[in-house]
Amino acid sequence: MRTVAEILKEIRPEFDFTTSSNFIEDGMLDSFDVVTLVAALDKNYGISIQGTDIVPENFQNLQTIEALLRKSGAKI
Amino acid sequence: MKFIFRNKRIAGTLIVLPSNERSFVEEMKNFNFPEARSLKLKEVMGYNKRRLVEPGVCVSDLAIFGLKTLFEREMLKAEEIDALLLVTHTPDYLAPPTSNVIQGKLGLKHDTFCLDISQACAGFVIGLIEAFMLLEQESVRKVVLINADVLSRKVSPKDRNISPLIGDAAAITLVERDTSESVIHASIKMDGTRCEALMIPAGGMRLPCSPETSVLEDAGDNNLRAKDHLFMDGTAIFNFVQVEVPPLIEDLMAWAGISQNAIDYFVFHQPNRFMLQKLADKMQIPYAKMPSNVVENFGNSSGATIPVAIALNLANQVQNGDLQVCLAGFGGGLTWAAMLMRLGRLAFCEMIDYP
Repeated sequence: MRTVAEILKEIRPEFDFTTSSNFIEDGMLDSFDVVTLVAALDKNYGISIQGTDIVPENFQNLQTIEALLRKSGAKI
Repeated sequence: MKFIFRNKRIAGTLIVLPSNERSFVEEMKNFNFPEARSLKLKEVMGYNKRRLVEPGVCVSDLAIFGLKTLFEREMLKAEEIDALLLVTHTPDYLAPPTSNVIQGKLGLKHDTFCLDISQACAGFVIGLIEAFMLLEQESVRKVVLINADVLSRKVSPKDRNISPLIGDAAAITLVERDTSESVIHASIKMDGTRCEALMIPAGGMRLPCSPETSVLEDAGDNNLRAKDHLFMDGTAIFNFVQVEVPPLIEDLMAWAGISQNAIDYFVFHQPNRFMLQKLADKMQIPYAKMPSNVVENFGNSSGATIPVAIALNLANQVQNGDLQVCLAGFGGGLTWAAMLMRLGRLAFCEMIDYP
């Protein structure tokens, strides 16, 4: 199973996601990257992140994404 | 607002699709994004190919072509049409109504009630509600409902947010009285405070088209569009659909006394595969009961996508059988609407190419 950091790197290989606390504000993820990320996370963790949870606040950094994964039933 | 109708039915639907087909892979070079990112998006959203009108082709051209086909095949007689409803947000003109233009070009009787309805992705359910209300009148026996848009002409080819998903089409649906005891339930909601989430800023009286409104601008997201073009706040629209649509349908099913298991198909507007599958997950509807393959085959044609989805996926079943369906449309306005009805014994349900 890939880590969240590895999945992020696949989507936007040009960025170092460990250096930012807000991927959205720093322009590292746009709304379509978030869609691509959700699809990859769903597949990787065997879950379905709820559509109502696909809001920018949940994709600000590694901590908020991991919190979302736990809420969605992923074992991380 | 809720509606209940009795003794009404859809008698047939004919889809007119422009024969001009474009592929997402060919169009990727237009976007200001690396190909790898666009290809990932293709996989998730279901972008593949779409149908677009040639320059100069209007809504009335598609509609007239479809209606003439129905006349030639003797599926409908011109003199039988008591009302002609056109749902579009890409009319031929600001004035006169495009429904009147169609009536005139087809030589329909003066006793035809023509009406343009300016609605978008919820337009099929809205059009059916209007058609059913007209059929309450003694003088109205058959209503032709046309859902048609040529939105590709109002989309920037350099806007990856919206260009790859848009397609053009016209759906011509014949609505009439029914002798069976069928009951149709519908519900609709609107929220004009969020109207700017999906809009064409220029072209009306508020901001007429001008050389300035045609200038392509980067809105800060690497997409280039002008004020003359369709704008969509994708995040806002996605969230609106996920929050508002499931409770609307759950409430409608409870009011109608129809359980989710009793519904054979959930035929929803077709924005993209990802959004539909998220809706299906939230409502615990199997993907097989909710078609999501219109965008990948033809593009999102706004109010026409529900009949397109029916013709693409259920043509045989609705011509030879009878299904309980839940229809739902959602989008510009903002407007969201749903309808529970039986769909069957259709005299025609097919797709044809224009020209």
